[in-house]
Amino acid sequence: MDLQTMTYLVVGASFALYIGIAIWARAGSTSEFYAAGGSVHPVLNGMATGADWMSAASFISMAGLISNMGYGGGLFLMGWTGGYVLLAMLLAPYLRKFGKFTVPQFIGDRFYSKTASTIAVICLLTASITYIIGQMTGVGVAFSRFLGVSNETGIYVGMGIVFAYAVFGGMKGITYTQVAQYVVLILAYTVPAVFISLQLTGNPLPQLGLGGNMVGTDVSLLSKLDQVVTDLGFGKYTTSTAGSTLNMFVYTMSLMIGTAGLPHVIMRFFTVPTVKDARSSAGWALVFIAILYTTAPAVAAMAKMNLIRTVTPGVVMQNTDPYTADAQIKYDERPEWMKRWEKTGLLKFEDKNGDGRIQYYNDKTKSDAVKAKAEAAGWKGNELTVNADIIVLANPEIALLPDWVIALVAAGGLAAALSTAAGLLMAISAAVSHDLVKGVFAPDISEKNELLAGKISMAVAIVIAGYLGLNPPGFAAGTVALAFGIAASSLFPAIMMGIFSKKMNKEGAMAGMLAGLFITLFYVFAHKGIFFIKGTDFVDMIGGPNSFFGITPEAFGAIGALVNFGVAFVVDKMTKEPPEHIQHMVEAVRIPRGSKMVDGAH
Amino acid sequence: MDDKANGYWSATLGLLAKILVVWFLVSFGAGILFADALNGIMLGGYPLGFWFAHQGSIYIFIALIFFYAKKMGDIDRQFDVHEE
Repeated sequence: MDLQTMTYLVVGASFALYIGIAIWARAGSTSEFYAAGGSVHPVLNGMATGADWMSAASFISMAGLISNMGYGGGLFLMGWTGGYVLLAMLLAPYLRKFGKFTVPQFIGDRFYSKTASTIAVICLLTASITYIIGQMTGVGVAFSRFLGVSNETGIYVGMGIVFAYAVFGGMKGITYTQVAQYVVLILAYTVPAVFISLQLTGNPLPQLGLGGNMVGTDVSLLSKLDQVVTDLGFGKYTTSTAGSTLNMFVYTMSLMIGTAGLPHVIMRFFTVPTVKDARSSAGWALVFIAILYTTAPAVAAMAKMNLIRTVTPGVVMQNTDPYTADAQIKYDERPEWMKRWEKTGLLKFEDKNGDGRIQYYNDKTKSDAVKAKAEAAGWKGNELTVNADIIVLANPEIALLPDWVIALVAAGGLAAALSTAAGLLMAISAAVSHDLVKGVFAPDISEKNELLAGKISMAVAIVIAGYLGLNPPGFAAGTVALAFGIAASSLFPAIMMGIFSKKMNKEGAMAGMLAGLFITLFYVFAHKGIFFIKGTDFVDMIGGPNSFFGITPEAFGAIGALVNFGVAFVVDKMTKEPPEHIQHMVEAVRIPRGSKMVDGAH
Repeated sequence: MDDKANGYWSATLGLLAKILVVWFLVSFGAGILFADALNGIMLGGYPLGFWFAHQGSIYIFIALIFFYAKKMGDIDRQFDVHEE
C-alpha cells in the first residue's frame, strides 16, 4: 500500500471514530449543548481539556518554532503549561462555584452591569477569532500535505470541515469526541518521537533521550547539536534566547496569564460536578498536556538534527566538515518527503550558486568564520527554505519512519486542529447567542433561535478566520500567542479582581478591560496591520518594530495586563463602592459549600 | 461566621502565596533569569537552566496543582466549608 492510501485510511478511520461518538452523544437542550450537563469526570474532563487545549499551535507549530529558536522556544513550553497553575488556583474553583455557563456572564453578574458583560464579549471575540486564525494556518498546513494540494486550497477545505464539525455536536459531543481525539493526537505525537529518540540516542523515552548521548558515542545530543548548528552559522541551540531576557520573561508571562484568561479553557471547568473536582481537573489536564509538552523539546532538537543530517549526511554521525565540496546532497537525489512538501509550497529550494546541491545554513550569521568558510566553498546564500510549521508533520518522513507512522501523524495534526477550532467556536457561539443576543438584545428569544444565532456566529467567525488565515500574521504558534496576549490583557485581570477584590466596582473593571484591550491591540496592529489586514501596519509611527523596550507584539499581553490592573485600580478609587449584595456574592463565591449544578437562567 | 470566613480566606491566600513563589522560582527564576548561571551545572546531557526551561518547570507545575488541590481540601474541612 502506498503512503497516500495509508494516510487516507488512517485519517478516515479516526474521523469515523469521532463522528460515531458525536452521534452517540448528540446534544439535546441548550444546557447540554454548552456544558454537557455538568457531569463529566475530572480525569476525562482533563483529557478533553488536553485535546481542546493542544491545538494546531501546540501539535503542528510549536516544536518547529522551538527547533528554530532553541532554548528561547522554552517560553512556549513554560508559558502554555504554567498558566494551569494560575487557572487551578485563582480562577477555576471560584468560577465553578459561581455556577454559570460563560465568562461574560460572570463578568456581567459580578460587576452588576450589562455593559461590562458586553465588553467581556468583545474581548472574548477578539481573542478567540485571533486564536482561530492561527488554527486555520495550521489546518491549512495539515490539509495541504494530507491532500497533496496548495496551502490555500488546504485552508478552504479545512474551513468547511471545521464548520461542519463544530455545528454537528455540542459540548457533550465534543467532550467525549475530544477524549478520543486526545488519544489519537498523543499517540501521533509520541510514537514518532520514540522511534527518533531510539535512532539517535538509543533511549526510547524522548524526555531522557534529549539529555542522553548520541548513539555509539559519548558526546551528548545537545552538545553535538550546539556544535552542528553553530558550524552552520545558527545561534547556539541551548542558549539562544528569544530576543532578550526581558522579552522572554514578559512573553512567558503573557502566555501564562493568557491561558488563565482564555474563555474556551475556562468553560471546561464549568463542566465538572464540584468545586473540589474543578481544582484537580486542572491538574489532570496538565498531566495530559505535559505528555506532549515534555516530548516537544525532544522533537524540536531531534528534527533540527535530522534536517541537517538529511542535507549534509556526514555531519552528524561522522564529523564531516559541512563545507567540503561533496558533503551536501544533490537536489536531484533529494528524498521523497522533500518532493511531497514542495507541492504544498511550504518547502522551497533555489539553487543560488548553480551547483545542483542543497546548501542549508544561516546566511545572515554574524560569525565571520562561517561567512569566510561559506564564501571559500562557493556558497551564494541559503538555498533551502523550510516553513517552521511543517517540521512536526514532516518529522517522521525526515527520519524515514514507516508509512503508518507518517499517516498517524497526519491524523493527529488534523485532530489537534479540529478539536481546538471546535472548542473555540463553541465559546464564540455561546458568547454571541447567550451573552449578547439573549442577555442584551432579545431576552425573550426562543431556545431554537438562540441555537440558530450561535450557529450563524460560528459560520461568520470561520469565514473571517479563514480569510485572514490565508495571509496569516505569523506562524500558527505566533498568531496563537497574539490571542493569548489579548486574553491576558483584557479578561484575566477582570476575572481575577472579580474574585480577589470585594471592592472592585463596575467602573474600574470596565475601564481596565478597555484600556488593556486597547493598548495591546494598538501595539499588535502597529506591527501586524489593523485587524491583521496586510499593508495597514503603522509600525513606523510607534518608532519601529519592538520599540517598547524590545518587546515583541506576541509578548505584549503582560504589559497590557499591567495597564488593565493599574487603570482599574485608579478608576475604582475614584468611583463608588459596589453594592452590598455584590460584596456578599463575592464572599459566597470564595467558599466551596453550597455549590450547585450549572444553571443557565439569569 | 465572619471570623470563620476571614480565617478561611487568609489560610487560602497563604497557601496561594507559597505556591506562587515556587511557581515563579522554577519558571521565571531557574528557567529564565538564572538560566545562564545554572547552565554551568549539567543534569545528564542537559545544561540545568535549559532543562528547567524545557522540562523541569512543567513537572513541577503538575506537582504544584495536586499539592494545592490536596491542601485546599484540608483547609476546606478545617474550616468546615467543604461540599457535602
